[in-house]
Amino acid sequence: MADQLNNYSINNLRELEAEAIYIIREVASEFEKPVMLYSIGKDSSVMVRLAEKAFYPGKVPFPLMHIDSKWKFQEMIEFREKYTKDNNWDLIVEHNIEGFEAGIGPFTHGSKVHTDVMKTQALLQALDKHRFDAAFGGARRDEEKSRAKERIFSFRDKFHQWDPKNQRPELWDIYNTRVHKGESIRVFPISNWTELDIWQYIRLEKIPIVPLYFAKKRPIVDIDGNLIMVDDDRMPAELVAKAQMRMVRFRTLGCYPLTGAIESEADTIEKIVEEMMTVTKSERTTRVIDFDQEGSMEQKKREGYF
Amino acid sequence: MNTNLDINHFLDQDQKKDLLRLLTAGSVDDGKSTLIGRLLFDSKKIYEDQLSALERDSKRMGHAGEAIDYALLLDGLKAEREQGITIDVAYRYFSTSKRKFIIADTPGHEQYTRNMVTGASTANLAIILIDARKGVITQTKRHTFLVSLLGIKHVVVAVNKMDLMEYSESTFNTICADYKSFTTTLSIPDITFIPLSALKGENVVENSANMPWYHGKCLLEFLESVHVVSDRNFEDFRFPVQYVLRPSLDFRGFSGKIASGIVRKGDELMVLPSRKKSIVTEIITANGTTDYAFPPQAVTITLKDEIDISRGDMLVHPDNQPRFERQFEAMLVWMDEKKMDPNTQFFIKHSANTSRARIDGIKYRVDVNTLQQSDCKAFSLNEIGRVVITTNKPLFFDPYHKNHSTGAFILIDPITHNTAAVGMIIDKLNTNDIPSRITDPETRRMIDSGQSLIGRDELEKRYQQKGVTIWITGLHGSGKNVLAYNLERRLFDSGATVVLLEGSTVRAGLSRELDYSPADRAEHLRRVAHVCKMLNDQGIIVVASFISPTESIRQQISEIIGNERFHLILMRAGLDYCRTNKPELYLKVEKGELRHLPGVDEAYEMPESPQLTFDVTEKQADVEVLMAYLAGQNIFPLE
Repeated sequence: MADQLNNYSINNLRELEAEAIYIIREVASEFEKPVMLYSIGKDSSVMVRLAEKAFYPGKVPFPLMHIDSKWKFQEMIEFREKYTKDNNWDLIVEHNIEGFEAGIGPFTHGSKVHTDVMKTQALLQALDKHRFDAAFGGARRDEEKSRAKERIFSFRDKFHQWDPKNQRPELWDIYNTRVHKGESIRVFPISNWTELDIWQYIRLEKIPIVPLYFAKKRPIVDIDGNLIMVDDDRMPAELVAKAQMRMVRFRTLGCYPLTGAIESEADTIEKIVEEMMTVTKSERTTRVIDFDQEGSMEQKKREGYF
Repeated sequence: MNTNLDINHFLDQDQKKDLLRLLTAGSVDDGKSTLIGRLLFDSKKIYEDQLSALERDSKRMGHAGEAIDYALLLDGLKAEREQGITIDVAYRYFSTSKRKFIIADTPGHEQYTRNMVTGASTANLAIILIDARKGVITQTKRHTFLVSLLGIKHVVVAVNKMDLMEYSESTFNTICADYKSFTTTLSIPDITFIPLSALKGENVVENSANMPWYHGKCLLEFLESVHVVSDRNFEDFRFPVQYVLRPSLDFRGFSGKIASGIVRKGDELMVLPSRKKSIVTEIITANGTTDYAFPPQAVTITLKDEIDISRGDMLVHPDNQPRFERQFEAMLVWMDEKKMDPNTQFFIKHSANTSRARIDGIKYRVDVNTLQQSDCKAFSLNEIGRVVITTNKPLFFDPYHKNHSTGAFILIDPITHNTAAVGMIIDKLNTNDIPSRITDPETRRMIDSGQSLIGRDELEKRYQQKGVTIWITGLHGSGKNVLAYNLERRLFDSGATVVLLEGSTVRAGLSRELDYSPADRAEHLRRVAHVCKMLNDQGIIVVASFISPTESIRQQISEIIGNERFHLILMRAGLDYCRTNKPELYLKVEKGELRHLPGVDEAYEMPESPQLTFDVTEKQADVEVLMAYLAGQNIFPLE
């Protein structure tokens, strides 16, 4: 068994897997109403698989929730519907109705307003609406500098605010799960996974992921160096006019106008990893929102976005 | 990387690596961030764009002149980047062809003991940085003490900045000797010394040509090869049940992480605390069933017999059981900004159990710089010491040095829910060794003068109530006892600590030789009043139900108990009502068989100003009215 290095030790991935399963079970035991936030990305897909394993042969005792900004890639939504149906998940989909009706979108309002209204605000509204006291997220500490110090159990006040100075010490595997009414905890079971771990796990476990991760010829517009795919007819016509078919793939998934593709030939997981090992850009740089201002991810976290 | 790389081969190899979690301790000045930056950079895990973002940052805030400032790669949060110090534990990830690594990067400043303890709690190994120019300093001792406190078994002493000491072997040897002499009293089984220069990359990833006298491994090579698997406890099987999995009537599995030891299919296991036994039928891992499992695997175990098992129970081998006690000693690290209050009833979280816990005594505080022990009444942030802890329900534990998973716990503040302290259980407490409260001259003076060492505010905090007497007066048959007993029940159910006193029970014992004559009645009630006073002094609520017929007697009682603690409740009822209610005694007096019954052949004086009156002839006395009164007076529950 490749999982075991010798009689009494397991490899790094199985150790991370055991850690994540332990965390997921701990939340299911200690909170009244947990939810797993589902972004449909590869990290989410891994987290969802870990939850399925944690309660096997039983059903996962909490639902998935997707905050739909209404600007996600169409393939993401198709994938979400199929995966959750095939795997018997309870799925909640929420969005900011007011924002949607006001026509908020990245092309018209810019990335900052769009992200705030359709993602951050939408998430906070949904958490309040369902009164979830714990929400799993698929964030990893190696993704971005401000996440290196994030706790696995990250405390949020009743306004869902994250205060870096007011986080609980986290020792051993003893997690303080106590919250007052209205307060909540964001839980990151795959905090200690790296991007390579994620790909390795997807490969080993044959976890289905959205096809956008694999290279394919797609209609692409170059907007200030960001390769944006034409995913629907809401893209302004003058931009659509510049579209060219290019062999690209996506390293992260989000709202299509805010998520840049990279040129790539990698159409298998092995090729993706190979590309990753030789690649020149780290993961989140293809997310347009990070460049708004310095320390911007930290800012968004304080406001309640992951 | 070689473009001819066989990626499948690479991934298969990658899978075979194990994980090493390490801690780095040292201050900014020691070059710790530079060393970590080196490890990450030289193992080619720093992506190009992080480097280009870094160049931008360095120009504005760099501390290293023209060269790349590795520290900037590591410091995450904006505030601390501006302060130029790291103020929290940051986790970094890198991988070599042999192993994967998680670095817990903790700051070295004194006020941040908390962070170092946090980082150390999950580490297999610690790198302690020493600036070769300074040698073993206070900070080095502090770091080493914390590392040994948290039970890290492998320490690498990285003697940095050797380039500034002309790569001197004797400097290095002196530092090694100093360090060894200091650590003889600490229990660290494996200490390795490496001379290096983080800035120049010497003996970090590659051996240095400038230190030919050093024949050991360079830092990375050592990290790749140090053997840590055997550090785990494979002897004592402990399985705290984390979650009971019950998807259908015919499946009942007990999920959890194996804390220590090995379990095999067919093993006989004992369930604690019920001590019932059964046989392992199946061990389900995340990847199918297995014949045996070991730490740190997360598994689900099924048993042959249907035994009632819930979260917090523990499965063990019957011949190897943990300790099962309510009281133990521990080393405690205070993590909260709020100073320790010895009266707090904390929540204690220990493996899958949460209970209430009290810190019964502090044996001593340790100065992390000098390791000197001193007396202490309460810990402040970052203070460490040895304590005695009592929990509400017994815990299954092992000493921390034998078993980290079952020997560690956290204390949670009951009000703020912050993690107030973390602890490591030392050993089973011999009851003879339980310390009495720390004695000092002031304590002696209080004992000699008969003063309790427990203050009234402490009692109120503990019981969440004020110690008062609810004195119910009224004619025989007016329903005093019914009200008193109901009130006692109601208070008890609400969490109050309450004692009920009423005539027949007191007269059966304490006042046995007294009769119902006015003189004896007065003596009887005087005794009752003193009992009330003693109980109230201990913070306990007394419900007293006595006819207490005259104003002067009630006045005397009130003075004994303390006027502010005496709450008089009147059961106002006519004689007819009382006679109908409880006819026996009234009949006896009428027949001349009995004397001294107030209201008949003795006077009963209605109190002029009771705190509360129940007109029982009109309406039955309502306990809730009394409860509301107690709440309104801030007696119970205490605001």
